[in-house]
Amino acid sequence: MTTTYRYFSKSVWLAMGLLAIGLLVVLPILHLGVDKHSSLYVSSYAITLIGKIMCYAILALAMDLVWGYAGILSLGHGVFFALGGYAFGMYLMRGIGADGVYHANVPDFMVFLDWKTLPWFWHGTEHFAYSLLLVVLVPGLLALMFGFFAFRSRIKGVYLSIITQALTFAAMLLFFRNETGFGGNNGFTDFKRVLGYSITAPETRVAIYMLTGLVLLGALLLGRYIVTSKYGRVLAAIRDAESRVMFCGYNPVSYKLFIWTLSAVLSGIAGALYVPQVGIINPSEMSPANSIEIAIWTAVGGRATLIGPILGAVLVNAAKSYLTVSFPDYWLFFLGALFIVVTLYLPHGLMGLLSALRRKITGGWK
Amino acid sequence: MNTPVTENNETQDGGALTGLAHFVQPGELDASHGPVLYLDDITVSFDGFRALNQLSLTIDNGELRCIIGPNGAGKTTMMDVITGKTRADSGTAFFGQTLDLTKMNEAKIVQSGIGRKFQKPTVFEQHSVFENLELAMQADRSVWATLFARLDSESRDRIADTLKLIRLQDSADRPAGLLSHGQKQWLEIGMLLIQRPKLLLLDEPVAGMTDEETDRTAELFLSLAGKHSLMVVEHDMAFVAQIAKKVTVLHEGSVLAEGSLDQVQNNKRVIEVYLGR
Amino acid sequence: MTRSAIYLCCIVLALLSLPARAALDAGQLSKLAADDNDAKVAVVKYLASHPSPEAEAVLTAMDNDALYQNQGRLLIVRGDQAIDAATLQALGPVPDSAESIIVNNRLRGAVQGALSAFKLFSSDLATRLKAARDVKQDPRPEQLPLIQQALAKETNAEIHQDLLLAQASIQISSSNEAERLAAVKILGATNNPEVRTKLADMLIQNNGQYNEASPVVRAAAQQALKSIDLRISLARAAASLFSGLSLGSVLLLAALGLAITYGVMGVINMAHGELLMVGAYATYFVQGWFKTHLPQHFDWYVLAALPIAFLAAAGVGMVMERLVIRRLYGRPLETLLATWGISLILIQLARVSFGAQNVDVANPSWLSGGIEIIQDVVLPWNRIIILGFSMAVLVFMSFLLSRTRLGLFMRAVTQNRAMAGALGVPTGTVDTLAFGLGAGIAGLGGVALSQISNVGPDMGQGYIVDSFMVVVLGGVGQIAGTVYAALGLGIVNKLLESWSGAVIAKIVVLVFIILFIQKRPQGLFALKGRSVD
Ligand SMILES: Nc1ncnc2c1ncn2[C@@H]1O[C@H](COP(=O)(O)OP(=O)(O)OP(=O)(O)O)[C@@H](O)[C@H]1O
Ligand SMILES: [Mg+2]
Repeated sequence: MTTTYRYFSKSVWLAMGLLAIGLLVVLPILHLGVDKHSSLYVSSYAITLIGKIMCYAILALAMDLVWGYAGILSLGHGVFFALGGYAFGMYLMRGIGADGVYHANVPDFMVFLDWKTLPWFWHGTEHFAYSLLLVVLVPGLLALMFGFFAFRSRIKGVYLSIITQALTFAAMLLFFRNETGFGGNNGFTDFKRVLGYSITAPETRVAIYMLTGLVLLGALLLGRYIVTSKYGRVLAAIRDAESRVMFCGYNPVSYKLFIWTLSAVLSGIAGALYVPQVGIINPSEMSPANSIEIAIWTAVGGRATLIGPILGAVLVNAAKSYLTVSFPDYWLFFLGALFIVVTLYLPHGLMGLLSALRRKITGGWK
Repeated sequence: MNTPVTENNETQDGGALTGLAHFVQPGELDASHGPVLYLDDITVSFDGFRALNQLSLTIDNGELRCIIGPNGAGKTTMMDVITGKTRADSGTAFFGQTLDLTKMNEAKIVQSGIGRKFQKPTVFEQHSVFENLELAMQADRSVWATLFARLDSESRDRIADTLKLIRLQDSADRPAGLLSHGQKQWLEIGMLLIQRPKLLLLDEPVAGMTDEETDRTAELFLSLAGKHSLMVVEHDMAFVAQIAKKVTVLHEGSVLAEGSLDQVQNNKRVIEVYLGR
Repeated sequence: MTRSAIYLCCIVLALLSLPARAALDAGQLSKLAADDNDAKVAVVKYLASHPSPEAEAVLTAMDNDALYQNQGRLLIVRGDQAIDAATLQALGPVPDSAESIIVNNRLRGAVQGALSAFKLFSSDLATRLKAARDVKQDPRPEQLPLIQQALAKETNAEIHQDLLLAQASIQISSSNEAERLAAVKILGATNNPEVRTKLADMLIQNNGQYNEASPVVRAAAQQALKSIDLRISLARAAASLFSGLSLGSVLLLAALGLAITYGVMGVINMAHGELLMVGAYATYFVQGWFKTHLPQHFDWYVLAALPIAFLAAAGVGMVMERLVIRRLYGRPLETLLATWGISLILIQLARVSFGAQNVDVANPSWLSGGIEIIQDVVLPWNRIIILGFSMAVLVFMSFLLSRTRLGLFMRAVTQNRAMAGALGVPTGTVDTLAFGLGAGIAGLGGVALSQISNVGPDMGQGYIVDSFMVVVLGGVGQIAGTVYAALGLGIVNKLLESWSGAVIAKIVVLVFIILFIQKRPQGLFALKGRSVD
């Protein structure tokens, strides 16, 4: 796992390309262009599920950047994800207009609270561009502020992890309150349209789905650029021997802050893509349990490999979709065991396992 | 007055005579008058225990100074204070005439030209030897610059030269964690040199080296003196004898004696401290 | 038969202490025979305001459903004998035509209220005291004559004071200005919220007219209100200070164990909250066992649960340490994740074996109830005892750490693991035992928690962040720091809570801790150690 690790081998590039074409071109065609009764038809359930998992994959990639490459185990990335989701959710709520249950000019939950006008932080959210700005700025600024204080005082390791957990926990409590102004327990749901298009129309769905795929691809390439740059090497050096890096003349605070904030922004974008696809956002997205699950996706795939976390997010969430339906009582046992087994026996995750296998096979042939 | 990053010669030390007129820029090293390092009345205590006790010491430009003293005398702590790792409770520490070390953070101090080798060799074990040198090399250390940095041929040459100097050409692509203890010591010295510091702080640089390697290190240091200022902490008296012009003895956090090796070795108080217990 | 004879004697004895009065107005009494409930209530009021042995006998009979009527004449029936209700004269056997007088719930309430005032004349001090309390808390105008008679005779200062307050509470509505003034002056010492409302009411203007016409009385009312409010707010403050201390003691129980494991091994056990849960379920289990096997000693099940919860949690902890944590030594972040996995498994195990719902853990009698410092402000016994219990655990732990060999080893390993190992301290065993101890203390915390909060699979989830904050704030490896941090956090949390609501309080505390770590990364009490890097 040295930093001279190559990103990526030719076969990985090829596989990625094929997968991208399959997911971004073939599947949408099979969804939109094929008759519903044909055996080739891809259901909207499948499109939504894959879209959702791709959002998780972006999140896992964001986690890999901070944990795999900077050694910062965040147990609070859910807060950035959710904030991005809420930011875009505000736009979607405004898009409901007067079509809500109460036919009011404010979102239904405000009618419930007896609010006649929008609170100030809702102003401007009817503009798509402004809400996109919020998607980036809100998680980004929170991460910047939090990171500044945390890194400046050299909080690291488990300290930092627990404090990030406290952060998401506090945010969750805040969003659970009705008076905070984000719909309390129920959050936002019942969206109607985005940019004027019906949100349930297959075309809209596919558009968001494809956008998610492109963002994932872009995030992967961006991540690759960053970790192979000199910046990435400094970052990895900070992870391994922070004080030594300081005595090479680098200021670790700004290095960590950059990747931390970038990772938060990526998470926020993932959240913004997630909300229109699943059609709901509520404070439980900020629960500590959700955030810590992101870490296990990353660990399952293999830290500091970029591809691994994506793989991990896909596998764990596919297993989750299956197990929570078929064996609901066993899902938590499975997840718990996964945490233990991966940390004990697969420190480098599936990617590490794969390369160990490959070494064994090629070694055997020689 | 000094050091555009890309200049490739080794003569840009602040100490070279600059004639009658020179400009002093705040935030940059100015050692044109006298000492390159100036410590005065430094005290550091840990929970009441005084590791440094009103320590005063100056290092002249281009000087090679050896620091000796029994275990726990405060040698490493003094380096910690100079490099910003530990904050002095009181006293002043200046680098040249203009840089107040007590007000700078670790990274700034390094950037201003103080390099340090730790008592326990620390290199980036996951990175290759080449990358270790690349990271240590003097360059713009901002996030933005490193994001877009490309290794030019000149830098490559410098890394190659340094690799040759520390005899690790063949290990350039190996992870540094696989090196032997002595090799790590050398790599750390290489990382130090490639930073092009004006002042080098070396904490027990030859611990763990063979006699032959020790000799080479002595040679290297002697060749550096003059162009650079060096402060070497060593317990190995043979090594000190090889390189020392002026020796400072630390004891219980302050200077006990200073002078040539002969002088201090015959100093009664020094003998008492080393042998009396 | 003998029973009722004794009963009769008692009543007669009790009645002898009542002032002698003319027999009851038979005209009034006869209304009881009618079917009009309002009229019956009026009669009860009449009886209450005309204290006499006859009145009490009638009321007692009504309460016991022993009042009959025979052709408009009221009889008290004892066994098969009838007594005239108005005169208490024996009438011989109960006539066959006697009908029972129906006492419905409303009437019964009035009867019992009236009867309680009669207890003011009991010869038993405790009974009198209780009766005085009752009338103080719920004074009824019809009780005024009784209260005044009792006042005239009462010698006990405390009862006297209560009666004065009761009298004043009634007289505040008097039409006599002097009486009102006297009443208002006394009422500064009351805690009764209804009376307070009445006082406040006096000062309200209606169409330019004060409800209380007399300025003198108004001034006195103002004065009285002020002193009531001051006392109430003091009591409230004391109560929230107490609930802060109580929260702090719970935090302390949760954090002490964590402080040990974090201090000795440098790992955060994310399943620590679930060890609390194990302790709580162990309590539940012991409770069930007592219910079926030792129901007569049920009250003591909590004590029996202590060692069992300790051992259960310690056992789980040691197994965890041996199987998982030990192998992750030096990888604290991975330990975090692995122990989180363990916590998921423990939660699900609890769900599968005890159900997802909360289970019932009852307070034994000595842990229920509380001390009422003023009306509606109660310090519950369970919280008081838990406060004491946490201190006891603290003492136990400090003793272990400072006086035993294990403690010595643990301190050595905390400070310098490698050195301790080199000196022959069996660091592996010390780790396991330290972990067991920390887990066991969490188990004890679980017993405490089971007495004040719900016991369910998720109960431990909320504690890890809070208890880690305590450890951070107090400084790693500093027991004293942990104590101050726990109690301080508890109090600050509760004070903020009463001022800004629970959620905001929690957030403010978190932000405070993050800022605090800026200034003192080592915690409140840590030594400046040489950092290893
Ligand atoms: N962070 C610290 N906390 C507590 N004590 C410290 C700390 N740093 C140094 N000391 C103490 O200060 C004294 C000086 O330590 P220092 O490491 O400077 O000695 P030294 O001269 O380098 O010794 P050696 O020759 O063994 O390397 C020692 O007694 C040491 O224990
Ligand atoms: Mg030293």
